[in-house]
Amino acid sequence: MSPRALVLSEGLSLWGGMDPATGELIDVHHPQRGANLSGRAVVMPSGRGSSSSASVLAEAVRAGTAPAAILLGEPDLILSIGSAVAHELYGITVPIVVLPRAELEAIQDGDELNVR
Amino acid sequence: MRLVVRAAEVTGAQRLIDVTGAHVDSCLYHGEATLDCVQRLVDGNARVSVPTTLNVGALDLLHPEMYHGDARVAERGRLLMDRYRSLGARPTYTCAPYQLADSRPALGEQVAWGESNAIAFCNSVLGARTNRYGDFIDVACAITGRAPYAGLHRTDARRATLVVRLAADVPAALRDADVLFPVLGIVLGRRAGSAVAAIDGLPAGQSEDRLKALGAAAASSGSVAMFHVVGSTPEAPTLEAAMRHGSPVELIGLEELRAVRNELTTFRGEALMAVSLGTPHASLAELERYAALLGGRSVHPDVECLVSTGRDTLAAAGDVAAVLRAAGVELLVDTCSYIAPILRRADGPVMTDSGKWAYYAPGNIGAQVVFGSSQECIGSAVAGRVVRDDAVWGAP
Repeated sequence: MSPRALVLSEGLSLWGGMDPATGELIDVHHPQRGANLSGRAVVMPSGRGSSSSASVLAEAVRAGTAPAAILLGEPDLILSIGSAVAHELYGITVPIVVLPRAELEAIQDGDELNVR
Repeated sequence: MRLVVRAAEVTGAQRLIDVTGAHVDSCLYHGEATLDCVQRLVDGNARVSVPTTLNVGALDLLHPEMYHGDARVAERGRLLMDRYRSLGARPTYTCAPYQLADSRPALGEQVAWGESNAIAFCNSVLGARTNRYGDFIDVACAITGRAPYAGLHRTDARRATLVVRLAADVPAALRDADVLFPVLGIVLGRRAGSAVAAIDGLPAGQSEDRLKALGAAAASSGSVAMFHVVGSTPEAPTLEAAMRHGSPVELIGLEELRAVRNELTTFRGEALMAVSLGTPHASLAELERYAALLGGRSVHPDVECLVSTGRDTLAAAGDVAAVLRAAGVELLVDTCSYIAPILRRADGPVMTDSGKWAYYAPGNIGAQVVFGSSQECIGSAVAGRVVRDDAVWGAP
């Protein structure tokens, strides 16, 4: 798949940060509030905050609003489990990709990425 | 077990360890996916294999009339809470399982906890050991009784890699004020991210309720799963004992604390619709403090004043609960007012003493927030308008 990158300047907790009904970024403290994560390759330095983010990711997969992939600068257990459960339940995987910082920072917003 | 092994791969663990208990956060309804997951477990006749407490759900099962949202969502939320209970977990429905005398793991004990504030408290204040177990993996660990031996389960990962020190311009009165702790927590989360930090410069022997407020806020603005407060938390008798040698030291000054205090307030003005206290769930000591602050006065008839607490704490609160209710305070259990439609109206200004509530409520329930100390909150609830006291912050 070749989703377009959505580069977030700060980490986002999907719980409290993304509405799984619409895919919209709803965290009022986040500079990119109002952006839509659906179908995008979401690039952020790290996951953040609530341990409920796994549920929100699985629900977004069920609802068809999930990001196409999530690219991080460090491993995130909560997002990886959300992706694994979505695969168990619905057969759909959201790849959670960890990249070296330099490669992550080289991605520009809107870049078309080849995630395999 | 597939999930636990997947978790081991992600965390780089070489082996699994036994855990002696679990706290499961998965019982809050986030849509049909959450029910689909527990139904898979129920269909497979899964049972928890270690003592397991449950986190908050979508509604107050003891006072269901306090739910003011979609009836179908309430029904699905109730079903989810019930399904998790049927796995053999204890129906505690609290985000503060550490307030239950028989659910406090000992120093060094290996457990698997979900709920970000409970994780931070477990590691930092109890000195028990858990990683950040999110939804699904928490119940997977509870069923298998196993967890990947990685991260904060290991001694070497528990030392601070960052020291944050209160600067000399932070007045002594503020260093020993309840209201500092949620604000300092927000700063800590932003500075530390997912790192373990040690806070230096606070008076020794800080209370569990203050450390709870600090950790809950830090786990909202950051991914903080553990922190040390030198002289107060069990693995930080001294700064040297808590930190990895050579860790950087950052200062936090009065200006930054004031700025975060102001940022947590999204509404400027005197109008007040509701006051929400008890996030994370109020301890018995906090219920007693709210009653003492009321001092026989009643909540203004135009203000809804809500305190969230655990059902077990409420059962033990007896007279204090009666005093609070007589003063017009509503007591909510099993859920929280920022994750579910509980407040009769959420379109006006709501005051809170919780950094976590202030952080999440605008996005979750669309509330406008005034953040203040417990005294400011209770004083405002009585007055029927926002009453601020800036004394401890120096100039406003």
